Amino acid sequence: MSKKSKILIILLPIILILAVSVWYLSGQNVAVLQPAGVIGQKERSLIFIALILSAVVVLPVYALTILIAWKYREGNTSAKYTPDWDHSRVLETIWWGIPLIIITILSVITWNSSHALDPYQAIASKVKPIQVQVVALDWKWLFIYPKQHIASVNKFVIPLNTPISFNITSDTVMNSFWLPNLGGQIYAMPGMSTTLHLMANKAGSYYGSSANISGKGFSGMNFTADAVSSNSYNSWISSLAKSKSVLNLNNYNKLALPSTYNRVSYYKNVPDGLFENIIMKYMEPITNGSSI
Amino acid sequence: MMNNLANILGKLNVHALPSSPITAGAVIGGSIAVLAVIALITYKKRWTWLYKEWITTTNHKKIGVMYIIVAVLMLLRGASDAGMMRLQQATSVGSAHGLLSPNMFQQVVSAHGTIMIFFAGMGLMFGLINLVLPLMIGARDVAFPFMNSTSFWLFAFGAVLINLSLGIGEFSAAGWLAYPPLSELKYSPGVGVDYWIWSLQIAGIGSLLSGINFIVTILKMRAPGMTLMKMPMFAWSVLGAMTLVAFAFPILTVTLTLLALDRTLGMHFFSAGYGGNAMMYINLIWAWGHPEVYILILPAFGIFSEIVSTFSSKRLFGYKSMVWAIWAIVFLSYGVWLHHFFTMGAGANVNAVFGIATMLIAVPTGVKIFNWLFTMYRGRIRFTSPMIWFMGFVFLFTMGGVAGVLMAVPPIDFQLHNSLFLVAHFHTMIVSGVLFGYFAGITYWFPKTFGFRLNEKLGKYAAYCWIVGFILAFLPLYILGIMGATRRMDHYSASLGWQPLFIVAGIGASIIFIGLGLQILQVIVSIWKRNETKDLSGDPWSARTLEWSTTSPPPEYNFALLPVVNQRDAYWASKHSKTKTENDSYSPIYSPKNTSSGFFIGLFSLTIGFSIIWHIWWLLIIGFLGLVLTIILRTTSGEHEKVITVSQIEKIEIPLNGGTKA
Repeated sequence: MSKKSKILIILLPIILILAVSVWYLSGQNVAVLQPAGVIGQKERSLIFIALILSAVVVLPVYALTILIAWKYREGNTSAKYTPDWDHSRVLETIWWGIPLIIITILSVITWNSSHALDPYQAIASKVKPIQVQVVALDWKWLFIYPKQHIASVNKFVIPLNTPISFNITSDTVMNSFWLPNLGGQIYAMPGMSTTLHLMANKAGSYYGSSANISGKGFSGMNFTADAVSSNSYNSWISSLAKSKSVLNLNNYNKLALPSTYNRVSYYKNVPDGLFENIIMKYMEPITNGSSI
Repeated sequence: MMNNLANILGKLNVHALPSSPITAGAVIGGSIAVLAVIALITYKKRWTWLYKEWITTTNHKKIGVMYIIVAVLMLLRGASDAGMMRLQQATSVGSAHGLLSPNMFQQVVSAHGTIMIFFAGMGLMFGLINLVLPLMIGARDVAFPFMNSTSFWLFAFGAVLINLSLGIGEFSAAGWLAYPPLSELKYSPGVGVDYWIWSLQIAGIGSLLSGINFIVTILKMRAPGMTLMKMPMFAWSVLGAMTLVAFAFPILTVTLTLLALDRTLGMHFFSAGYGGNAMMYINLIWAWGHPEVYILILPAFGIFSEIVSTFSSKRLFGYKSMVWAIWAIVFLSYGVWLHHFFTMGAGANVNAVFGIATMLIAVPTGVKIFNWLFTMYRGRIRFTSPMIWFMGFVFLFTMGGVAGVLMAVPPIDFQLHNSLFLVAHFHTMIVSGVLFGYFAGITYWFPKTFGFRLNEKLGKYAAYCWIVGFILAFLPLYILGIMGATRRMDHYSASLGWQPLFIVAGIGASIIFIGLGLQILQVIVSIWKRNETKDLSGDPWSARTLEWSTTSPPPEYNFALLPVVNQRDAYWASKHSKTKTENDSYSPIYSPKNTSSGFFIGLFSLTIGFSIIWHIWWLLIIGFLGLVLTIILRTTSGEHEKVITVSQIEKIEIPLNGGTKA
């Protein structure tokens, strides 16, 4: 076999695999790379910056590996052989130095982006933010709109270009609230409230899930987030205010019982302070009951 | 009567037996295999041999072989778990729900991670260190041979306990690190988490003892003249890894104890509510867990350093850089644990500091890769199968490193945390880094241990299958993570479009299985045709370090005369120097006696673990008394060493040296 055909045999399947993957992925929702929110878009740029900076080291490594392995193979007796050459201050300074410089650049980026994209930090916008309280239950997500006194299970709707402030807790084990199209995730933990700020700027219906194992119903703990115009959002809110079910304490305790693959459901008349009570439940001394 | 019986056996009753056909099949198959081995030993009348030569041995080479056998068996079990996971995720879509129930799937996931890290990874590592480290530094054994035997038996009985969970009761379904509150009694009322706790506790104490043993061995038992800066790089990497063991494993022991107190005695260290704090557990477990990753990878780096230098027939490039890189990694690896939970809501300052510390580790790691490449530069590279593993490692590990740097940036981690991208990342590091390294090491040192080489052709085919299979199995997982797929899913909706990628991953896994099969075949064929690959020289690879200066396999005492070292690559130097060092005459060698104490310490530890899991309190007392008694008997019994006399040494050495006296 000639050298050229050998290279072709290696290259062809690689090209073929790349082509098929690109064709396949172009029809799919690649959530992290196709963000529909400001935070997600900034996170995507960070991924590309970090990739390019890493490539400065990685590509030479790959090229050197192939070149050195080929040139200094045992069969090539014409290549130089220096069995005792084991040190070069210049070379070693280069490969301590260059990665260090790249990591220093990345460190600055990390420091700045960690602060700029801190999930606890409110998103600057002229539009008044909307608060959504998120409760992880066995095994579904409850979304409470405290101002509007409505709630929904496994689905919520947000208006476009409006900052959303999620307060997140759990009334069971630890979960993680992840909405990849809008950007990021934060743990949901019992007895605590964590915070995540997101803002959608492209209309659509987005998949979200729990990213932390939480028991047998874990895989069914998915939700849909619809980003819509503010008119559609308002009509969704008013339709929920007319829904049949009421989320009083009694109904909440029923809802909190373990169940899997729950359908979307809606509630009205959510009492004030439900979210806070769910957190406080874990602050009480030992009692017999576990419901609120 | 029935009531009394129930009390006697604690929580254990007939319901603990497997109910699903898959587990039942595995248990029956496993039991048949164990019975077959017992029958074979009885038929061949090998029980005394087994007891005298293996179970009671304190010889580091035999202990090393036993570690590797247990680790390989556990690797096969972990791999079959992986196969079930790939099958489930490729088929459990939309209306189909796959072969495994969610709970079973989560047990498989948890068992896979636990077994691969604690029993396959750690076992292969301690096995290889035992096999070669003392030889490499010119020592006759480890510093504490009895403790070494104890460490092994704690590890082996830890492995027994985790496998008992398959047939008696259940395993943890809380993930490989069993985060509370899920792992608390309220949410995991079965015995699964207890099995997880106690098998790790027993094996973990063994690891801690081994860590101390090898630190002392390296610091105190090097051959005359071998200063620290003349040690082989593998010895440096082991010293780094064992330092990590000595400081990290106590954290694991304490964390597991606190979780056990929560579950067994109703305490509230980590429970949800009642003042418990699960975040404390997550910090503690990763304060052990992150160093653990480097405990596994550093010896693999050491192995690659030896292999690259040997097969390039060239001195290791940048020795001092390599040593500093190891200690930079050791130091940094303690300061990065928080990157496993950027998403827990620590402030931006904390996240950024830990992110930067994490990225810094890429620098010394990169330095090591460049040094290996420049060891090959201007060398004469022989592409034996260990070098094929190395080439696969360089390409895959570097790719995995980039993924790691990405996730070290906290805002990027918010998107990729706990996704399949993360799963793909750490498998790249652990499979292509750790496992490829250990496979290369086993191939490299096999002839030293057994006196014949492994079949090269099958070894190379196996490596190609692993590399290609790995790419096919894990590239789809990187993509799936970016598409929003989380880890540990037993089912997903068809509309997400993930299934084709999971099927590709399944095909990749099958190719890895072919690789594994070829490795088993390789061992069988190599034993079958061992006369063709016999190593009579003791130095089949034209290598550089002291372990190759003795015979293959080495005598019980390793070196009849302790080697004297003047420089690095001492054996290479002695082969190429014209002046031969003058030989001294033999003197008697003190060698540790065999002891069954290590075996019984392990056995009683297993009893203690099993009785706490099932609340069988009388058995706990027996186990505890047995353990204490064994230790008292051992410490009060007289002489622990035997003397190998000069005439015994001569009897072994003279035929080897071609009939001349030393």
